[in-house]
Amino acid sequence: MVERFFGGGSRATACRIGLVVAMIGAGAPGPVAAAVRGTGSGVVTARGTSATLTAYATAYAASRTNAKAIPAFARKYGLACSACHTAWPELNAFGQAFRDRGYQLGNERDSPIWQNASYFPVTARITPQWHRESANQQTVDVVPGDTTSGTTQRTLTMSGFGLSGMDLWMAGTLFKNISFVLLPSSDENAQWHFEAAFVRFDNLANSGWVNFKFGKFELDNLISEKRFLFLSGNGGSYLSYHFAPPGETSNDFGIGDNQIGAELSGHSDNSYTRYGLALLSSTDGNPDLAEGQSYDADLTLSQAWDAGKLGVQRLGAFAYLGQRPTYYQTSGGAPIAGTGTGAKGFYRVGLAGDFFLGNSLEFLPFVMHAHDNAFLGSNTPSNVALPAGAQAPEWNGAFLESHYYINPQLVLLGRYEAIRMSQQANAGMPSSLGNQDALSFGTRWYPIMFSRAGLAWDGEWSIVKTNTGGAPMWSNSVLIALDFDF
Amino acid sequence: MRHHSAVGALTGLGMLLLVAGVATGAAQESHIGNLTGHAASGQKLYKRFCIGCHGPDGDGNGENAQWIDPKPRDFTAALFKCRSTPTGTLPTDQDLFNAMSRGFVTTNMPIWEPLAAQNRADLVAYVKTFSPRFTTEKAGVSITIPPEPAISIDGILRGRQTFQKMECWKCHGPAGHGDGPSASTLTDSKDNPIRPYNFAAGTTRFMCGANNQDIYRDFMTGLDGSPMPSFADQLQPAEAWDLVHFLRTLQPLDTPEARIWRQWVATHGKDLKPIGPDNGQ
Repeated sequence: MVERFFGGGSRATACRIGLVVAMIGAGAPGPVAAAVRGTGSGVVTARGTSATLTAYATAYAASRTNAKAIPAFARKYGLACSACHTAWPELNAFGQAFRDRGYQLGNERDSPIWQNASYFPVTARITPQWHRESANQQTVDVVPGDTTSGTTQRTLTMSGFGLSGMDLWMAGTLFKNISFVLLPSSDENAQWHFEAAFVRFDNLANSGWVNFKFGKFELDNLISEKRFLFLSGNGGSYLSYHFAPPGETSNDFGIGDNQIGAELSGHSDNSYTRYGLALLSSTDGNPDLAEGQSYDADLTLSQAWDAGKLGVQRLGAFAYLGQRPTYYQTSGGAPIAGTGTGAKGFYRVGLAGDFFLGNSLEFLPFVMHAHDNAFLGSNTPSNVALPAGAQAPEWNGAFLESHYYINPQLVLLGRYEAIRMSQQANAGMPSSLGNQDALSFGTRWYPIMFSRAGLAWDGEWSIVKTNTGGAPMWSNSVLIALDFDF
Repeated sequence: MRHHSAVGALTGLGMLLLVAGVATGAAQESHIGNLTGHAASGQKLYKRFCIGCHGPDGDGNGENAQWIDPKPRDFTAALFKCRSTPTGTLPTDQDLFNAMSRGFVTTNMPIWEPLAAQNRADLVAYVKTFSPRFTTEKAGVSITIPPEPAISIDGILRGRQTFQKMECWKCHGPAGHGDGPSASTLTDSKDNPIRPYNFAAGTTRFMCGANNQDIYRDFMTGLDGSPMPSFADQLQPAEAWDLVHFLRTLQPLDTPEARIWRQWVATHGKDLKPIGPDNGQ
């Protein structure tokens, strides 16, 4: 396949890397080893142990670089983090309304002209941490350094101090009802990319129902992976948001990845009713014209209601319809970037919710059904016949996440997630190949909570089980981190 | 005799405690429609949402107060701008609930409507605990707002005369720009400088609401804690409605009042005496 460029979120990249490592290490058959979406051909196709170790070691570090908690807003309005966040970076109902209004309180003091001229809407975030990563069934040389000694499978464990990537958030208003985000984001080695960059025209025709965004941005996911509370290598992403069926490398899409395009969105005054309709390049957020000329579409709807003492509840639905090229024009046999054609389709549809039992207990349920065209599933150019047994891969993903807020500065976390293949890309594959189960527990303690900066002590344990066709592969993470922004 | 005295004293003490308990209990709750807010729940929410500006003691001295203009409300003084009750009286729970839900335009007080109504009711209950007035006094009785008369050019002109006669222009300026001769001298009840409302700012919202009833209520109750007095004793309801309709013409908005006014001014504007000290009235 044509080389793909780094274009997705770094969190997504970490997820992919971690899973690729897991798959590779498991000694899975070729198609399984490439079961996870690739953001770079090197990552996806790597087979060597050294690549495995390198990727493994960096899996966590890149996993948390683009979450959203922006003290720049708190400084501007004099509000503590807890005003907009249940526990930062997750938004509460008030924070959601603030975001929907275009980072405006709506008090006629939102334009930058009302700020002290020295105010600059920038926030930096990084997470020093100690972490331990472990996975079984990793393929290694029998005798280290001796490539002739054959290979065996062992459990690899590594631990130590490290850094996450870094976000340099700039966000706010250019003018009343014109908002923006610019988010240069780096991995732990300061390799930078633009995670988000957009301008949004808010409240067009004096109506919250019409807002127009242009650039690279997060999809309007009801449960945002950019604002969630898990950070570790295995727990720091939703499997459902990035999963690809065993054997498929031709579709780089992840619903958790920031995408590039334009979005029309709207909301009621209190943001209880929301919609979003986006037209996106079929590039998984890659800002280059690296693939084809096709477009994807994303539709989201959600409705919240006030359930009295239980709090504000929200239920939403989404549908993402996309396509990816299956072959390219070539030069000397090498694909020419941007000339992708023969696009084939895929979709993701599902429901998500955000439910509270009072002010202390929150549940985030999510279910999704996914389908990729058989040409994508078998990595087959659409100008040739499908291989024998090829069929459209389909799978279901679901998770339930819960948060228990002991107080605004201390939260306990838990999540269970499952991926189940319902139809493999090839009828000859085991039906459960690629299935995954993940379990995460954690806690975040915010020793400070005010309007100038944020600091969270984060402790987490996560484990992922992957069906490789033989014995399952287990990988787990332990994390202790200081997550701060200012 | 001594026994009777002791019984009497204990009874009196019991009654006192009972009354105090009832009064305190009332202050620990709020009642908004079918909702009952509880201060204990509100305290946690206050810490989450309000403490940064209004402070842990509710005195408006939160850690962010020094950067905020106008300053956050001092709940210990129990002086609230936006009420349905006469000046000098306590607001109703509904008034506080409405103010919190609506936010205050041109200030840092956000629109808290996205919070669950129960949360807002709990917050109201807690805010009331900062002042002993809520345990010793009842809220005032909401004023009655008579039906709004039809908008007419005669009414708008009468409202204009009232604007002149009541000297509204001294603070709000002849054209309602908030630049009257007294504007720069105004302070609130805590001696903080305060600016009169600028009708020409183009906002659709006023401090205490957005519709004509809200404007009527503003100057018939006054905005306690600010220099804006109550005109309930100076204006008859009809005069107050005329003033409402005139004030609408000062806004650069396409209101019904503004349309009638612009049409009239196009043909009669040259006959208007300017508002201000030279008006001659």
